Amino acid sequence: MTEAKIKVDDLTIAYGDFVLMQHVSFEVKKGDVFIIMGGSGCGKSSLLRVLTGLVPPAHGNVFINNVNFAKASQNQKDEVMKKCGILYQSGALFSSMTLAENIALPLQQYTDYSDKLIKELVSLKLALVGLTGFEDFYPSEISGGMKKRAGLARALALDPEIVYFDEPSAGLDPISSKLLDDLIIEINKSLGTTIVVVTHELSSIFAIGTNSIFLDADKKGVGGIGNPKELLKNPPNQKILNFLTRGEKGNA
Amino acid sequence: MLKFEQNASALTIEISGDVLCYDDEAQKEKIYASAQILPQIIVTAKDLTAWDSTLLALLYELAKIAALNNKKISFTGLPDNLQHLVDLALKVDRKPSLPDDDRGPWLEALGNWGLNVYLSVKKAFAFCRQVLSSCGRFLRGSAVMRGVDFLFALEGCSYKAVGIMSLVSFMIGLILAFVGAVQLKTFGAQIYVASLVTIGMTRIMGAIMAGVIMSGRTGASYAATIGTMQVNEEIDALKTMGIPTMDFLVLPRMLSLMITMPLLTIWADFMGMFGGAFVGVVMLDISPQEYWKYSIDAMNLSNFLVGVFHGFVFGIIIALCGCYYGVNCGRNADSVGVATTKAVVSAIVLMIVATGIITMSFEVLGI
Repeated sequence: MTEAKIKVDDLTIAYGDFVLMQHVSFEVKKGDVFIIMGGSGCGKSSLLRVLTGLVPPAHGNVFINNVNFAKASQNQKDEVMKKCGILYQSGALFSSMTLAENIALPLQQYTDYSDKLIKELVSLKLALVGLTGFEDFYPSEISGGMKKRAGLARALALDPEIVYFDEPSAGLDPISSKLLDDLIIEINKSLGTTIVVVTHELSSIFAIGTNSIFLDADKKGVGGIGNPKELLKNPPNQKILNFLTRGEKGNA
Repeated sequence: MLKFEQNASALTIEISGDVLCYDDEAQKEKIYASAQILPQIIVTAKDLTAWDSTLLALLYELAKIAALNNKKISFTGLPDNLQHLVDLALKVDRKPSLPDDDRGPWLEALGNWGLNVYLSVKKAFAFCRQVLSSCGRFLRGSAVMRGVDFLFALEGCSYKAVGIMSLVSFMIGLILAFVGAVQLKTFGAQIYVASLVTIGMTRIMGAIMAGVIMSGRTGASYAATIGTMQVNEEIDALKTMGIPTMDFLVLPRMLSLMITMPLLTIWADFMGMFGGAFVGVVMLDISPQEYWKYSIDAMNLSNFLVGVFHGFVFGIIIALCGCYYGVNCGRNADSVGVATTKAVVSAIVLMIVATGIITMSFEVLGI
C-alpha cells in the first residue's frame, strides 16, 4: 500500500468564533497530484496555510510525513518544512535579489554545499523550469509566468518530497498555464514528488489531478473526494457536478 | 559511488549505488577539466539506487560542457526519470537578452547624469504644479476629495503625534538649557537660560523638531502607503476612473499637515520651554516665578510667528515629499522601501534649505 505523505484527520479551521470548515479528513499518497478545489471563499487557501504550518488547526490533526503539525514543536515543523516546497500565487520572489540569489537562499540556509555546487544547482533548477540564462535577472525584469517558474525553481531547490502550489494558473495566459501544468507533471513523474495544488482552474484540475478534494462553502466541509475525472463521471452531489461543468450540468 | 577514468579518446564516468549530496570539489574539477579536453564523455550508470539533484547537476554540467565544446556525450543505463530530467534541463525554452552593460565614455555618463537631474527637477516641478491646481480646485469647491480621507489624515498627524512630539521637544529644551547653562554659569548669567531656551524654541528649534519628527513619522507613512497603492495598481485604477490622483491622495494629506504642523510647532515650543524650565528650576536653583518672568520677557510675537510660519512651510514640504515619492514609486516591495527613505531624507534636506532661505529673507526684511 502506498504511504500517506499527508494525513488530515477531523480538521477544523476557524478564525476566532468563525468556523471556516470542520470535520475535514483526507489523505494524500506518495506520488499523488492532489487537487484542493472549490468555489471562491470555501477555504482552499486557508487549508493550504494549515498544511504548510502557517495557521494552527482549531481542532483535529494534520500529519505531514508522520509528524503531527497540530502538536509538533516549531523545530519539528521546520524539519518537516525543509522537505516541502511552496509555490505562492505571485511567485513570492524576493524583489531585491536576482533569480539566482532567490534559488540559492534555501541551499545556503539548509545545506553545507560549496558555493560552486550551489551555483551549479541554481543553474540546473533554472534549466529544469526553462529559465536557462536568467540567473542575473531581477524578478521585476521577467514576466508573470516566468516569475512562477522561477518560484517553482526555488521551491524545488532542496529536492522536496512535497510541493504545494497555490493557484498556479492564476494570472497566466492559457499557453503559460499549460506549460506550468506540464512542468508539474514532469516534476511529479521524474522526481516522484508529491504535489498538492490549490486551484479552481478546470483545465488544470483534469490535466494534472490524480486525486482531489472538493470543499463546499455552504456545508463548511468536504463536498467530495476522488479522482477529478471520476468525480465528473460519477458526481456524489449536484454541487460537484455544477463546479466541474462550470454550472452547465449541475443546475439542470 | 562515482568513479571516473580517462584515456586518450574518452572520459568514462561510472555511477553506482547511492549518489547523494555529491560535493567532492576536487574530483569534480578533474572531471570537468578532462571533459573539456577529451573528445568523448561516456556516463554509465549501474545499479544506481539513490540520487539527488547534486548528481543531476553534475550530469547537466557535463552535457553543457559537451555542447559548448562540440564533444560527444552519451548516457547509458541512467534511470528513466534521471535521463528525462537531464533532457528537460537541456531543453532551452528561450534565451534571455540582458540589457547591454555599455556605460560609454565618462563624458556621456556625466551628460546622462545631468539629463537625469534635469528631468527629475522638471518632474518635481510638474508635481508641485499639479498640487497647486488641486489646491485651486479645492478652493473653488470642485476637488474630488472625500471628507473622511481628510479626517483620517488629520487624525494621523494630529493628536496621535503629540506623545512623541512632547517627549522629544522636552528633551531638546532640556539639552538646550544644559548646554547654555554651562556657558552662562561661567559669568553668573544662568538666569538667561530661560531667555535662551524661549527664543531658541519659539523662533526655530520647535519648528525644526516638529518637522524632523513628522517627516520620519508621517512623511514616511505617506510614501509607504501611496507606494503600496502603486504596487497594488490602486493608483492606476484611480486614473482609469478619471479621478485626479492629486485631489484624492495628495490634497487631504497636505491640507492636514498644513493645519497640524503649525499647531504641533506651538506644542513643541511649549514642551521645549518646559524642558528648559525643568533644568533651570531643578538644577540651576532658579525660582519658577523668576524663570517664568524671564521666559515671558524673552518671548515676542515676531519670533513666535516666525516659528509657526516655519512649521507651516515644513508641513507642505513633508506632505509634498511623502506624496511625490509615493506616487512615483516603482512596482515592487523594494521600491516602497526606497521611496520611503527618499521621502524622509528629501524632506529633512529641503526643510534645512527652506530654513536657510526663510532666515535670510526675514533678516533682510528685518523680522
